[in-house]
Amino acid sequence: MNVTTAMERRVAIDCDRDIVEARQQGRAIVLKLGFSPGAATLVATAISELARNILLYAGRGEVVLRAVENGTDQGMVVLARDQGPGIPDVGQALEDGYSTSGRLGLGLPGVRRLMDELEITSEVGGGTVVRAVKWRDGA
Amino acid sequence: MQVPILKQGPYLIATIQSALTDADLVGLRDAIVEKVGLHRALGVIIDITALDVMDSFATGTLRDIAHMTRLRGARTVIVGMQPDVAYAMANMGLTLEGITAALDLEEGLAHLASPLPPDRRR
Repeated sequence: MNVTTAMERRVAIDCDRDIVEARQQGRAIVLKLGFSPGAATLVATAISELARNILLYAGRGEVVLRAVENGTDQGMVVLARDQGPGIPDVGQALEDGYSTSGRLGLGLPGVRRLMDELEITSEVGGGTVVRAVKWRDGA
Repeated sequence: MQVPILKQGPYLIATIQSALTDADLVGLRDAIVEKVGLHRALGVIIDITALDVMDSFATGTLRDIAHMTRLRGARTVIVGMQPDVAYAMANMGLTLEGITAALDLEEGLAHLASPLPPDRRR
């Protein structure tokens, strides 16, 4: 039986306390997978950004944290899902300094730099799924 | 989670004691800006040793605090940033533009007490 691949946590995102909850759960999981404290902070920061985007743009959604394996490497997949308005231009949302919320505009491009993989699936009116992956030993 | 803000001489010292929600950060900003006027403070130290994550919201709010207190005549120094948090900020490309940072409370107080040339005064 493989315990690590079975490790999964779902955190409903409804208010700003859930952002803290999601990033703390994520940190705990990657530390269990043997990530360094520095790498765990990168992951926690990325989760914080993704969870806030849900709250900011969709009002509610969920963050799924899933431990995965690739050979001997351990990783974590972060899925941030919402049924919000969607992102009309994903390319633009990944540009530094671009923001429709009047904030720093470093959220998604920042997440891309913090994580090893980032994939955004979004449909206007159909919600958004962001899938980000971080590997312990390297991408 | 409220952040205690203590007055020490002409300075205010805010010590973050756990992870903060976005609402907590905004509450901290408003409380500091108000207390700068109330206590006629010349400087503010924010100790972020216990902050788990400096994401774009926390960074933006700290920048706002520094900017707003400067407009009220007080300088802000951030102290206690953990190496892992600094590593994440650098990776993400977040900067503390316009904010002075010092290693710890002692260095922060020394910084506020030191006379700076007018063009470097914040």
